[in-house]
Amino acid sequence: MTEPRHRVALCGNPNTGKTSLFNLLTGAQARVGNYPGVTVDRRVARLRGRDDVEVIDVPGTYSLVARSTDERIALDVIAGLAGEPVPDLLVVCVDATQLVRSLYLLLQAQELGRACVVALTMTDEAGAAGADPARLAAVIGCPVVPVVGRTGLGLIPLRHAIERALVEPPPAAPWRWTPSPTLAARLDTVTAALPAAWPRSRGLALWALMSLGDDELSGIPDDLRAAVATAIGDQGAAIDDEAVLGRYTWLDRSITPLHGASTHRRLTDRIDRVLLHRPAGLLVFAGIMFVLFMSLFTWAQPAIDLIDSGFGWLAGAVRHVLPPGVVADFLADGVIAGVGSVLVFLPQILLLFFFLGLLEDLGYLARVAYLMDRIMRSMNLHGRAFVPMLSGFACAVPAIMATRTMERQRDRTLTMLVIPLMTCSARLPVYTLVIASMFPAGSLAGMSTKSLLMVAMYAFSVLTALAAAWVLGRTVKPLKAKRLPFVIELPPYRVPRARDLVRMMWSKTRVFLTEAGTVILACTVALWALLYFPRTLPADAPDYRTQIAVATSAGDDAAVKRLEGERDGLLLERSYGARLGKAIEPAIAPLGFDWKIGVGIVGAFAAREVFVATMGVIHGVGDDETRLRDKLHDERDAKGRVVYTPLVGLSLMVFFALACQCMSTLAVVKRETRGYRWPLFMLVYMTGLAWVASFVVYQGGKLLGF
Amino acid sequence: MSSLAEVARHQPVVISRVTGDRGFRRRLMELGLVPGASVTITNVAPLGDPIEIEVRRGRLSIRRFEAASILVDR
Repeated sequence: MTEPRHRVALCGNPNTGKTSLFNLLTGAQARVGNYPGVTVDRRVARLRGRDDVEVIDVPGTYSLVARSTDERIALDVIAGLAGEPVPDLLVVCVDATQLVRSLYLLLQAQELGRACVVALTMTDEAGAAGADPARLAAVIGCPVVPVVGRTGLGLIPLRHAIERALVEPPPAAPWRWTPSPTLAARLDTVTAALPAAWPRSRGLALWALMSLGDDELSGIPDDLRAAVATAIGDQGAAIDDEAVLGRYTWLDRSITPLHGASTHRRLTDRIDRVLLHRPAGLLVFAGIMFVLFMSLFTWAQPAIDLIDSGFGWLAGAVRHVLPPGVVADFLADGVIAGVGSVLVFLPQILLLFFFLGLLEDLGYLARVAYLMDRIMRSMNLHGRAFVPMLSGFACAVPAIMATRTMERQRDRTLTMLVIPLMTCSARLPVYTLVIASMFPAGSLAGMSTKSLLMVAMYAFSVLTALAAAWVLGRTVKPLKAKRLPFVIELPPYRVPRARDLVRMMWSKTRVFLTEAGTVILACTVALWALLYFPRTLPADAPDYRTQIAVATSAGDDAAVKRLEGERDGLLLERSYGARLGKAIEPAIAPLGFDWKIGVGIVGAFAAREVFVATMGVIHGVGDDETRLRDKLHDERDAKGRVVYTPLVGLSLMVFFALACQCMSTLAVVKRETRGYRWPLFMLVYMTGLAWVASFVVYQGGKLLGF
Repeated sequence: MSSLAEVARHQPVVISRVTGDRGFRRRLMELGLVPGASVTITNVAPLGDPIEIEVRRGRLSIRRFEAASILVDR
């Protein structure tokens, strides 16, 4: 595509219908990139029908003043800093029902000297109380176009206003307040100290005066910091007062008279009287969360099974066509199984994002944060972390992707780090195998000990996840909670737009497939190779080929299966992966694990449930789980003692509950945090925690005489 | 003088002063919680925190901890 001639930046407060408007203005699929150093999507697309006009979606914000790198993006795009091209025009989304607060952002943009067009959204909700667009335009000094995102009403006039403003930019609006002589002098000093690459703008000088000091911004030159520090002295609060009060005084005087008392919230207030009520609201909440959880846990299952069996069939077909050997094994067990292991996440990702998008657009997700904030905050977590953590019970991969619904990087990272501690569905086959083969049957207070153990593992995972959040949020520096006001806006309930929902689901899926999926595929193939090669049998092994051929011609299927199982077990035992399992035996022996469990742990890195299959092969019983249970139950060491005691089983379950045994999780964390730092941290902290906890369980249990 | 955290539901009050360290109070003020503004608590979350407030015909929720740093005249 050609270089655009014009650049338009679309900005506004959160919940103003900005995303809908972006989709309507651009139509085509947006290019989703990222801003350097932060995990905020950078969405860019061409204006529909105008290939020479590029529209960039600025992350929603209430103010341009920034303390952290992700908050600074809005300024960078609007002012054209940090490598962002200077926009020719700003389209500011202004919520007609929150006129004054929305226009605060417009004043900041105008102080930076930007040409603006206002898209007045939610006019249908404001109704008769809404401001008259023509009078508003006269007061704020730029074109005002009412639009209704849901119906697309007003879209054509908005396009015309944009195109007209690009040809003939609206005149720059004056500052709406006059800085005092002291502040004016400070602005002059700081303007002179602005970096050469920045425009000499008093608006930027004011931004620096209000943002720099106790911030976490990077890439601010020391000269500017020094100049700002000298200019501020101990008068920081006075500067903030003057600027914020100056803007709001003007807004109160000029804007408030333009609109009547709002009536739009009547319906929302009536719904909230139920949904935010105690106990009714909490019951409805529990019901909605139950449906969400069940859908991920059970409704996704048929689709997952279909994908599993589809790829199983494909692998079988490849084996049927190709002669047996490395190539067939590579294609069937490496590549096809690898693609399957990526696609198998899709049902849950699509379902979760369908629910998230629906709840977000309806306005309920903000209420989840409102209802749960008290509990989540006590663990240093954001109220919005609730849904991702709940989703973690199904699978950590979509759950980690769902952390995007939180604005702050710190909240996202902390939530991502604890999600994999929740008992995901991939752990269930492992727990089932361990409980069935290593624990004796019994009952306690009328319930079987085996099901109580399962319940205990769930409780254990919730407690460790919450405790981990509490500890990490207090000890790891980038995750420490700042005592900053935390605002949850409760938007009016709105009817979602199917088109925006589908678009969002597709964009999440595409990002997962292209960025995390490729990593997962590569890791699956690598792990396959690790457990496949060098493909040699010990010198004293029986001649399996002849024996299998004999058994096959005799029609003795049981014997064929037994012989193949034995052969595959021996082949796996000599693989590089198994050697790794043996090599780590000294490290896992204090936890009560033998080298066979070590091989299982190596294999489980592909996905936890693979542990069961790997244990089957290494014990020479193939995929027969009943025989595997018996085998584990009857396994004796050289001195005739039981190898897999209940204590080993407990230690193993604790290890699986805590260890970061999932490369797909790591791949998604890498994608979501844009780097190797956090996935590595996660791998180390979780595996370390798992080792210590299993050590305590096993050694402590032995001391107690179990 | 009392703080917004001590005000009853549906009782309009006027903000007299916003306290707290610089970044903290600046963010509250930029949301429209400036001295002179009229505020009403419209709702309290079922677990007692956060609270929903109406200011300048717009709504937002803040925690009691934040409300405690907003001083009001009754």
